Amino acid sequence: MSIRGKASFVGAATFGCGECPGHTSMEMAAEAARLALADAGLKISDVDGLFICLPTDFLSGLTLAEYLGIRPKMTNNSRTGGSAFLGHAEWAALALDAGLIDVALICYGSNQRTGAGKLVSAQAPSPFEHPYRPTNPVSSYALAASRHMYEFGTTSEQLASVAVAARQWANMNPEAFRHGPLTVDDVLATRLVSDPLHVADCCLVTDGAAAVVMTRADRARDCAKKAVHLLGAASATFHTEIAMLHDMTVSAASESGARALAQARLTPKDIPMAQLYDAFTINTILFLEDLGFVKKGEGGPFVASGAIAPGGSLPVNTNGGGLSCVHPGMYGLFTLVESIRQLRGEAGERQVPGVELSLSHGNGGTLSSQSTCILGTDAAL
Amino acid sequence: MSEAGPTATYFAHLAEGRFMIQRSASSGKWVFYPRMFEPVTGAKDLEWAEPSGRGTVYATTVMHKRPPEGDVNLAVIELEEGPHMLSRVEGIAPAEVKIGLKVKASIVDGPDAKIVVFVPEEGA
Repeated sequence: MSIRGKASFVGAATFGCGECPGHTSMEMAAEAARLALADAGLKISDVDGLFICLPTDFLSGLTLAEYLGIRPKMTNNSRTGGSAFLGHAEWAALALDAGLIDVALICYGSNQRTGAGKLVSAQAPSPFEHPYRPTNPVSSYALAASRHMYEFGTTSEQLASVAVAARQWANMNPEAFRHGPLTVDDVLATRLVSDPLHVADCCLVTDGAAAVVMTRADRARDCAKKAVHLLGAASATFHTEIAMLHDMTVSAASESGARALAQARLTPKDIPMAQLYDAFTINTILFLEDLGFVKKGEGGPFVASGAIAPGGSLPVNTNGGGLSCVHPGMYGLFTLVESIRQLRGEAGERQVPGVELSLSHGNGGTLSSQSTCILGTDAAL
Repeated sequence: MSEAGPTATYFAHLAEGRFMIQRSASSGKWVFYPRMFEPVTGAKDLEWAEPSGRGTVYATTVMHKRPPEGDVNLAVIELEEGPHMLSRVEGIAPAEVKIGLKVKASIVDGPDAKIVVFVPEEGA
């Protein structure tokens, strides 16, 4: 069974990106949900499927139902880290197609910049790892980067070019938290947090909320805006702690991407744009390779060539990504919002012209769980 | 020892000064971290055994922690028996730890209990 074209995104919104002082995470998530439903031309009472996970509220699906004042048929609180929301889209499409629900709401919010001042994680510490006091998550990604550099000759300059491209996109996005010029030398001049990763190789810690609304594809045509269809969605989990990823240069994106593309009946060459969860600069390189855009080991030279920056052959993270736009602890849902905005032609100055397909990719844990969604317009069906 | 689970048993061995991990009697495959059964196969025949203690640095980073702690190594070690484990290399400057470096296990005091770290084999 394929979910290709069975369900569509009909609403998308963000709220409180950057700093949203004085608000709880649930207030932010709920407001994003209201905005996304308004964007779709749907009512709160239309929602009968809820998909959410928050960093600190382990029963956030129940909290959101209560907050919205609805009694959903399906409340999915599954958590796989920052990839969860793309997994939610996969499950929502199945439930919509099966007729179990009619309107799915996927949302997220976190006040961790103004509320906690640092990354808030729900991950349980491993008794075999926490005694070594890893500076997680950055050290786990630093270990993966060290191995990629060792095996393929990837350089710090190539890693830095990922952050530079993200900033160039962010400079065209008024919603992005960081603006201004950024060069490879600027990145390398920032403080090393965990070799080889500098401060500017790491995602932001911001507040932010996002929500998307899905319906069956037939109903989507009656909604307020141009529908964006889900053409493929797949997930894979390889491990939780990075040391347990035996080949640290290949993530589970190698499986989720291949399966999502197969569902969509597409190859990486067909995809003109990608929104990849860039928690750290090494992520973008690994995912470009694992998703099949370039061969394993060629990600470094590819990003350094300017290919993923504005004007390049493969626009990546056109909102500025987790590195320069927004990163409220879990960024996955923002990759869907940006694909939807680009495919609707709503991306303003950063709009990639004529784009009919986009790949969104979420990462959870420490390269642990990966979810890939392929989105497309009517023309891509 | 038979009454404790694998996690407690691992640390109990370390408290006695012994680095012990598990091996499946049927497959001969070594397992880390300690489990109730062999992953994938589910075989219930894991036995505690002493690895050689020799390993190779598979991945490494220097964590630049706030003063007074300063620079601390964090590394993934490939044990000679195959499994990978998170640990750190001591006895040389954190930045001098390179992938491919041959290392040897050493038991030291961790924050709460004895833990395994590694030192360059040359200096062991």
